[in-house]
Amino acid sequence: MSGVLESHLRARRDAGRALLVPYVTGGLAGWADAIRAAAAHGADAIEVGIPFSDPVMDGPVIQAASERALEAGATPVSILDELRGIDAGVPVAVMCYYNTVHSMGHERFAARLASSGVSAAIVPDLSLEEVAPWAIAADGAGVETVMLVAPTSPDERLATIAARSRGFLYTVGLLGVTGERDELASTAVALASRAKRATDLPVLVGVGVSNAAQAAEAVGVADGVVQGASVVRRLMEHGPDAVGEYVAEVRAAIDAAGHPARG
Amino acid sequence: MLTAPGADGRFGEFGGRFVPETLVPACLELERAFDDAWSDALFRSELSELLAQFAGRPSILTECHNLGSRLGIRLILKREDLNHTGSHKINNVLGQALLARRMGKRRMVAETGAGQHGVASATAAALLGLECRVYMGEVDMQRQALNVFRMRLLGAEVVPATSGSRTLKDAVNEAMRDWVATVEHTYYAIGSVMGPHPYPLMVRQFQSVIGDEAKAQCSALLGRDPDVVVACVGGGSNAIGIFSGFVDGSSRLVGVEPAGGAAVGRGVPGVVHGMRSYLMQDEHGQVQEAHSISAGLDYPGVGPEHSHLAATGRAEYPSVTDDEVIAAFQLMARTEGIIPALECAHALAWIVREAPAMQGRTVLMNLSGRGDKDVAQMMDVLGESGGA
Repeated sequence: MSGVLESHLRARRDAGRALLVPYVTGGLAGWADAIRAAAAHGADAIEVGIPFSDPVMDGPVIQAASERALEAGATPVSILDELRGIDAGVPVAVMCYYNTVHSMGHERFAARLASSGVSAAIVPDLSLEEVAPWAIAADGAGVETVMLVAPTSPDERLATIAARSRGFLYTVGLLGVTGERDELASTAVALASRAKRATDLPVLVGVGVSNAAQAAEAVGVADGVVQGASVVRRLMEHGPDAVGEYVAEVRAAIDAAGHPARG
Repeated sequence: MLTAPGADGRFGEFGGRFVPETLVPACLELERAFDDAWSDALFRSELSELLAQFAGRPSILTECHNLGSRLGIRLILKREDLNHTGSHKINNVLGQALLARRMGKRRMVAETGAGQHGVASATAAALLGLECRVYMGEVDMQRQALNVFRMRLLGAEVVPATSGSRTLKDAVNEAMRDWVATVEHTYYAIGSVMGPHPYPLMVRQFQSVIGDEAKAQCSALLGRDPDVVVACVGGGSNAIGIFSGFVDGSSRLVGVEPAGGAAVGRGVPGVVHGMRSYLMQDEHGQVQEAHSISAGLDYPGVGPEHSHLAATGRAEYPSVTDDEVIAAFQLMARTEGIIPALECAHALAWIVREAPAMQGRTVLMNLSGRGDKDVAQMMDVLGESGGA
């Protein structure tokens, strides 16, 4: 049986809609309003980052956001508590590094996510070989574990990872950390097509999808996009309203982009 | 013998491979390449030849008669400070650079704290024709300006890590971010027995030359193993290197941590930089900043095999303060005519403190590096008189 996030994304995809998942760093000034604004302007789900002291998969923008949130006193518990009171109207997934999970304990963290209304977790430094203890606890609590594949994942491994993924399959669009780039990397489209052949799960491209035009290009192959640094930068520079405007712009662009698999 | 980790890269409950998916295939490739090289007689003889003809191995033992009689112990040093580039780091990096070349990688990245691993990496890269970039915390670049210049002289690019505590932990983060982006043609040469599997195993094997030599040298000098084997511990590569020669016997094994970076002493198990190990962290799992007078030990984690040796009780991990370290640094210079690296002064500081309880015992200390790199920093601490 599919979880909340997966059912929601599958239904929208199958209805012909390109999927948009903006990322917001939890604990950053205005983050709760940014989530509401993103949801109101066309996000299909929201990814909330739990800031960590050593975010090795993140580039300068999300690093700076994490540092700022931590300086403001954000903790995993404070973010999850606040999330409980935010009714975004779309499913929420958290993104956190594994030590955050490890520190609280697998069962406790999974239960805490569930009680805060969080549907899914993305843990980028928890590889297929290491994921089992967490994934079992998450499955038990009804929390979906979104797995990541990368341009370096061979086909066979990609298929195994996709089989363990819940919610959607996160394809890392390029070799590198999060952040905005001038162009969509060729690896993004190549990996998304490999992933589409391997799984029926919704396939989303994240890392390096930097603007509306790149998002439109990505949904030519993928089912949707995750947008991180471009959203977080706007939140830090201009506040939550700018996030809403940006999400609306990306929404319009991906709606206008044709998709061979959609009606 | 120290045990081999299982296929999951665990030493007991520590270790593993906690890295982003982008890097997992590279770690698997490295594991295969290392296993293949380590069992290849040609690779081993090429490495042995470099260690002998370039690094200057074997390193000697020096008995400290002055300091020994003053402390009431028999004190013997394993002189890794006499290696080319001035520390034990060259043992590991020559092995990894040879492996990088064998794997067809043209570029090497490394992190460094005090600059010892950075200098060794730049040296090996120059020798073997690899492009080299070294990440170093901005704070450490100030503390170790001469080593920065040394690396540049050797043709390496030195890039400051400007995030977080701007020390070793952040240099590791930056090196990992570089590797995530360049993994197809870049080799990441980790400088200690840390990181994702197979690094802790591989670096231990490259450093086991210290323990193998010391075991045979002690046998010749003493006719037996020393009573106590002592080394400083940041990530823990020099300690695991010398421990590896004595872990099967009955010698007491002591790894000395800085009080401000006591991962084993003050940490709890956590996961950062690809491994599960003891880690200084707050109640929310945020990694804490280490504080030590020695840039090389300024690290909140520790290699997973040390966590295992601590958990099983085979080795112990006390800590010493910066003040004890400064006193030990001066003591060795004045009584033995040897200026130790500040890292190794931690090991000596523990020996000085514990000597009353070790009267008549034979203590082997790994002098893992020379103190030339620390002279400018100590001039600031002690004043131009040198504390006279």
